[in-house]
Amino acid sequence: MAGSAMTTSSGKILLEVVTPDHRLLSKEVDYVSAPGSEGDFGVLPGHCHFLTTLRIGELQYRIGEQTEYMAVLWGFAEVTPTKVTILAEIAEKAEDINVERAEDAVRKAEERLERGGLPSEVEEARVSLEKARLRQKIAGRHRQQAGSRLL
Amino acid sequence: MPSLQSLRRKISSVKNTQKITKAMKMVSAAKLKRAQDRILAARPYAHQLREVMGHLSERVNRASHPLLQRRDGNATELLVITSDRGLCGAFNANILRQAVVFLEEQSRQGKQVSVSLAGRKSIDFFRRRNWKIRQQWGGVFDRLSFEHALDIGQNIISQYQEGTFDHLYVVYNEFKSVMQQQVIIEKLLPIESVQEPGGREKPVEAGSYLYEPDENELLATLLPKHFEIQTYRVLLESAAAEQAARMTAMDGATRNAGELIKKVTLFYNKTRQAAITKELMDIVGGAEALK
Repeated sequence: MAGSAMTTSSGKILLEVVTPDHRLLSKEVDYVSAPGSEGDFGVLPGHCHFLTTLRIGELQYRIGEQTEYMAVLWGFAEVTPTKVTILAEIAEKAEDINVERAEDAVRKAEERLERGGLPSEVEEARVSLEKARLRQKIAGRHRQQAGSRLL
Repeated sequence: MPSLQSLRRKISSVKNTQKITKAMKMVSAAKLKRAQDRILAARPYAHQLREVMGHLSERVNRASHPLLQRRDGNATELLVITSDRGLCGAFNANILRQAVVFLEEQSRQGKQVSVSLAGRKSIDFFRRRNWKIRQQWGGVFDRLSFEHALDIGQNIISQYQEGTFDHLYVVYNEFKSVMQQQVIIEKLLPIESVQEPGGREKPVEAGSYLYEPDENELLATLLPKHFEIQTYRVLLESAAAEQAARMTAMDGATRNAGELIKKVTLFYNKTRQAAITKELMDIVGGAEALK
């Protein structure tokens, strides 16, 4: 099925990532994987039409041998055979993530979780912990990658 | 002939006005920069979302969500977006003129029309006229934020769902460039599919499209979101256009004041010289008579 639909130029997909305050990315890529609200999904050229909400998670895309990572927090994704549009509430490229701030946020959120409190407060702390952990993870991948490139 | 003193007063008064218009121009230039950055940053998201919505609305059953459903009722609402402050050239006059034309046209067609107003200038304008005002928001542009768009958007959505009106249009100034604003009238509700210029892929039949979570849940989050974002975009467009209009208007005013100063100063000098010449003639004449 995928083969017959692969009529696009060079079999690439256009990946667009936009947030309410700017356009983060617009690139031809070979493969995208994104965090759908009902599970992660991967997209190769010629994917069928697909529309989903996103949760907090990791967006990966590959150009040739090079894989890049990005944090996305909520939003929507629309997939067509030639294009993936990510409409995220917040999105950050791995290299733009402030690691110290994320570590700080993890610590604060953990403290708040231990302290407990109203259900809404606990929920809020849980979400910010999840956000901060994600940022850490993605920044970590970026560092690892930069390290392996040096070797 | 005006006295020299009154001319001096006139010159200094125009100079003062010029100082003010110059300062206003500088202020709006700074504000324009910020407003322009915001609208340029917000456009891609709004446009992408509209594109997604357009694809979606072609495929889903329109009855599946109230914001998509076309209703036969004839109650039409116009959301008018003007500025809060004046001194921005024809910015507000253009909007209000188009709004009135639209309202008259609609009521001629037997539609029941009402208006929602954002911006003090439209509130002042419609207060003195006979159109039915449903809701008004003054002072949103002093500190425009997404909260305002949420406030306006949610009010309109809930009124729409209650059936207060069946169609919603918006009239606003689009920010085209610093020198150019364009009045736009757009239909916002029910949400229509977008016609993209040029050829486009045929709509895909409903079966071959996957949704996660299911269609209805997705629509219920996507549609209100879309409407709020569009409202936000329209407000940002208007805010940027307002500053651009004010900057242009104040630039013109400063230039005109400069010309006026030149003219009056020339006249002042002529008058002064004439007075001096006259005095000299008097003295010479008097001296001549004494001989």
